[in-house]
This record gives sequence, structure tokens and C-alpha cells, in this order.
Amino acid sequence: MKKSCFLFVALMFLGFMVTGCGGGGGNTIRIGVIAELTGDVPAVGASCKNAAEMAVKEINDAGGLQLGDKKYKVELFIEDNAGKADQSASAAQKLITQQKVLAIIGPNASRYAIPASEIAESSRVALISPWSTTPKTTLDAKSGAPKKYVFRACFIDPFQGRVVAKFTLDNLNLKKAAVLYDVASEYNKGIAEFFKETYEKNGGKVVAFETYTTNDKDFSAQLTKIKRARPEVIFLPNYYSEVPLQIQQAKRLGISVPFIGSDSWGSEEMVKLCGTDCEGYYFSTHYAADAATPVTIKFIDSYKARYGATPDDVAALTYDSFGLLFQAIRSAGKMDRQAVRDALARIPKYEGVTGLMQFQEGSGDPIKSAVILKIKDGKFVWFANANP
Amino acid sequence: MTYLLQQALNALQLGSIYALIALGYTMVYGILTMINFAHGDLFMVGAFLCFVAATYLKLSFVPSLLLSMAGVALLGVVIEKWAYKPLRQAPRVSAIITALGVGIFLENFTLALCPYPKHIPPLIAHEMWSFGGVSISSLQILIILLSILLMILLDFIVRRTMVGMAMRAISWDKTIVPLMGVPVDRVISITFAIGTSLGGAAGVMYGLAYPVIDPYMGIMVGWKAFISAVVGGIGNIRGAMIGGFILGGVEILVAAFLPSTYRDFVAFAFLLVLLIFRPYGILGKPHPQKV
Repeated sequence: MKKSCFLFVALMFLGFMVTGCGGGGGNTIRIGVIAELTGDVPAVGASCKNAAEMAVKEINDAGGLQLGDKKYKVELFIEDNAGKADQSASAAQKLITQQKVLAIIGPNASRYAIPASEIAESSRVALISPWSTTPKTTLDAKSGAPKKYVFRACFIDPFQGRVVAKFTLDNLNLKKAAVLYDVASEYNKGIAEFFKETYEKNGGKVVAFETYTTNDKDFSAQLTKIKRARPEVIFLPNYYSEVPLQIQQAKRLGISVPFIGSDSWGSEEMVKLCGTDCEGYYFSTHYAADAATPVTIKFIDSYKARYGATPDDVAALTYDSFGLLFQAIRSAGKMDRQAVRDALARIPKYEGVTGLMQFQEGSGDPIKSAVILKIKDGKFVWFANANP
Repeated sequence: MTYLLQQALNALQLGSIYALIALGYTMVYGILTMINFAHGDLFMVGAFLCFVAATYLKLSFVPSLLLSMAGVALLGVVIEKWAYKPLRQAPRVSAIITALGVGIFLENFTLALCPYPKHIPPLIAHEMWSFGGVSISSLQILIILLSILLMILLDFIVRRTMVGMAMRAISWDKTIVPLMGVPVDRVISITFAIGTSLGGAAGVMYGLAYPVIDPYMGIMVGWKAFISAVVGGIGNIRGAMIGGFILGGVEILVAAFLPSTYRDFVAFAFLLVLLIFRPYGILGKPHPQKV
């Protein structure tokens, strides 16, 4: 009995090793995706998965990627991180050691992208996060130098915080702001601080700077505090699943000032959860589906045809991440992790569906412009552009 | 002053929800001396039933509330029959582990059915009144009044009816009472039905106050309600109510006067200290083990 059990385990290991070995020089290009399919922001994971599958299907329908004189099909390995930091790291580990992927796309939210990026960096595998805007994602935690293997397809929060602060001061002409943000989440904390910095530097005043922790549902105490400080506008740089609660509770407490947000608002789920409570508010994000270039329109149309929904910013950025990666693999010309990373680092600029990205030498952060959207009749409508 | 009043109102709203859930823990403990760790998840199921009733069946507030309470009560009775009853003579730890298992099952079952957070439509008309700067919403009044009404009703059942007397008798002595002709199994079922239906009602009210619901919403709220029950003196119904209001009050007060990051840490430190001085809770009485 014991012996057969041992034999079984040994066979299983052997099985893993055989399938594992097959990856490196096989007939397909293996790409890993880590997405938030379950957990607190499942809409983000769903968009990422949809766009990833679409990008891969398009390239495979065209025969695959040309490497040397042969075309290779792309094979996708999607891992769920369950909305947890530790599972993001273990998903990256699994993709790298078991699935032998060439490169990784994802995770999207910064608090999951950071742990996964550590694994990618130490294993020397290129990782592109489509949606993580926190500077820390591409920076080494100890030295503060840029990571060599970590890239992203979006702008970073110092820029976004500045865009929102300037917009509030110059366009909305509101000089007294309150901020309520999740102090336990990297993204929220980072952008709240960048906003405060620029806002106060340019003549605004932050009258209340309140915090909560992830998964809180009751914000009444903080909102009552904010109400007492009499702000003219409230900045909520929080994820789409929490913002509706905050706005609704604020209204129930008699707060009637407008709210502004950041790219974490940009999911269609946000409007569904909000009902009519978020009408007329502005937020900054990566691209506007209604004011698009021909490249973008083609992407939006084929996404709509496939999934029956307008692609949100996560979908567009995931698609761009794949575009970047495909270009890097083509120019690397071989299935080699180091060569792909080097090719990625050499891309000077890339015209994606979310606009033009310019990469600087030695940094994985693109420079690109942001847009301000307005929520109107339950839809996101383009309002303004903000250039770097 | 208006600021304090406003915060007190916030505390009352949060406290009454904690108190309602704490009642379920305390009732089950009182009668079975077991902690039903699945209770927080039954509360979550209550919120989801309300979502189904309001969104798909298009019911108004009162039918949705009744449907949720009945559904959760039924679920509570079924869980007791199938999961807890076979373990009634087993070591206490087995029953607690089973309860944890049932809770995780409920979370993941709901997650499999609807992976996305859901939005409960506003079931009651949104009205706002302002008294000298203090804003009161119709929802706040509804939650506070309905919770108090349910608590008074429960107090009446337990103290003035035959079923209530049987419950109290069983919690007093489990070996003699059956010999007196009290149908123990049926009384336990009724206790579960009442306790969990209050959890379901809390789920509905929580869902109305914080209308974005997800399968994991019951975990933290469940813990806090459990702590309320212990602070009030677990097994004591009035204690659970007081404990709920105390916890709600402490949480809001801390967030109101200290940086909000300190909230849970100060609230729980306060409760730890309270338990050091009153280990059986505020209204709990020590039960010396007779040798």
C-alpha cells in the first residue's frame, strides 16, 4: 500500500518534469498571464483575460509569430491570483518554473503586481504589468534603482496625481479638497500622496486626509469628519468596488460636494454599482473609448464583437502589453527569456491602442498622456486630454 | 456638538447591526455551548437573498426582508440537522471545525454562483432630514428602529413564551430537561431558526446601508459580532445587544478622534482590557465547574 503510494507520487513528479522540460524549445511560444479573476476586483481580471485571449487569437489566426524562418503559435497560460498578494507571487513562480513561460503579463492592481514582479526580477523573466501605476512596481525595494525585468504599459502615479490635482484646480476651480483613501493598498496610498503634494504646491488646500483599510464597508466616521472640514471637492482614489459605497454614504450624511477619481474608477462595474449616484463626476484614466484613433477603433470593434462590451482601460492596456511583447519577441528572433527582455528594453516607442508610449533608457515606465473622463448617463465620456 | 451627535448616530446604526448578528451567536451558544462560526456567512446569504428578491423577483422592502429571514432560517435549520446534530456528542473542537467548514462552503458556493460584487437596489425611499447640522436619513432610522423592534420581540419570545422557557431550560441543564418531556431537538431547531433569521435580517439591513455585497462580506462582520457577543457575555441575550452597541460605538469614536488606521487596533485593545477585568463579559455570570 505504502509502496504503491510512493510510486504514484514518484510518477507524478516524473510527469511534471517531462511536461516541464517540453516547454523551453517547443513548438509554441508560451506566455503567462496573472489576473485577478476572483477576489475583490474580479472585473479587472475578467477584462485582462478577455483582452489577452483576443490578442493571442489574432496573432494565431495570422499564423503565429515569425521567428527566423518559421512561424510559431502562441500558447497562453492564465493563472488566477484570487486577489491576494501571496498568490500573485506563487502564480508567477508556477508560470516560471512549471509552465516555463517566456514572459509574463500581469498582475494589474499594484498591490499584486509588486510581489509578482519581485519573483520575475529574481528569476530573470520579463514581466509587463498592464495597469499597475505605482512607481514601486518597477523599482527595486532596497536600492530604489529600476528593476531590469519589469515593465508596464501605463503611466505612473506621480503623473496621474499631478493630472488630477491640476484638473481640480484649473478646470473645476476648486481650492479645498478632502481625500479618503485605502491606506493598506499601495496604489491608493501612493496616488493620494502625489495628489496632495501637487495640489498644495499649486495653491490648493487639503482640508482632510482620511484613511480606511481594504474591505471596510462603513466610512461614516471618516465622512463625518470630512463633512466637518467643509471641502469643496472630495478625491477618492479607490477601486471601483468601494467608491460607490463611499459616495452613497457621503450623500446620506448630507455631503453634496462633487467627487473626483483616478483610473481605478474606470470599470463598467463602477456605474452598475453606483446607479445614478456617480453622475457628473470626473476621473483620470488611460484612454477614452469614445474619442479614439483608427487603431483604437479597430480594437474596440473587435473586442465588442467578441465579448459584447466596450473594453475598459484594463482590457486596452493588456492588449497593448501583448503588442509590446509580440514586437519584442519578433525582434529577439528566438525563444530566449534574456533575449526577449533585452528586446523589450530596446523598444524606443510603441503606438498602442491607448496612445503613444515612449520608453526611456533603463526604465520600464512609458511616458504617455492621460485623459479625463466624465460619467454621463451611465457612460464614460471623454472630457479632456492631459499631456506629460 | 452636532459633530458628536452625528457620530453617535453613525455608531447607533453600526452597533445595531452588530447587535443583531451577535444575538445569533449568543443564542446558539446558550443552548448548545457551541460557537456557530458559519453565522457570519449566513448573514452574507441573507444579503444575497435580499439581492435576489429585490432584483429578480422585484419585491419591495418588507417581502424581501421576510423572504431573506425565512430563507436563512431554513438554511440554519438544515445546517444544524445535517452538520451539527451528528456531532452533538463529539468533542467540542469537531463541532467548531465543522462550523468553520460550513462557513467556508457557504462563501465559496456563493462565489461560484456570482463572482462579481452585487449591488442591492435602494428598496426604501431615500429621505433626508437635517436638524441643526445633524443629518438623519430614512435608512438610518429604519435600521435602528427595526433592529430594536426585533430585539424586543426576541426578548419577549425568550422570556414570556413556552418555547422561550424551554430554551432557557435546555441551556440550564441538558440532561434533566429531556426527561421532563421537553422536545430538545425541536427546541434546538427553533433556536437556530430564530438566531439565523436575525442574522438574515441583519444581512438585509447591512445590504441596504452598504449596498455593494460580496461573498466574503460576512467574515469580518461575523468576527466583530462574535466579539460583541463575548464582550456582552456569551449566552446572554441582553449582553449581546449591549456588546454590539459598545463595539459599534468604540469603532466610530476611534475613527472620529484618532487617525482611522487606529480603529480596529484601539477597538480590539479596549475589548481585550475589558475582558481582563470581566472575563465572562459584561452581563455574563461565571459558571463554576462542579466536581
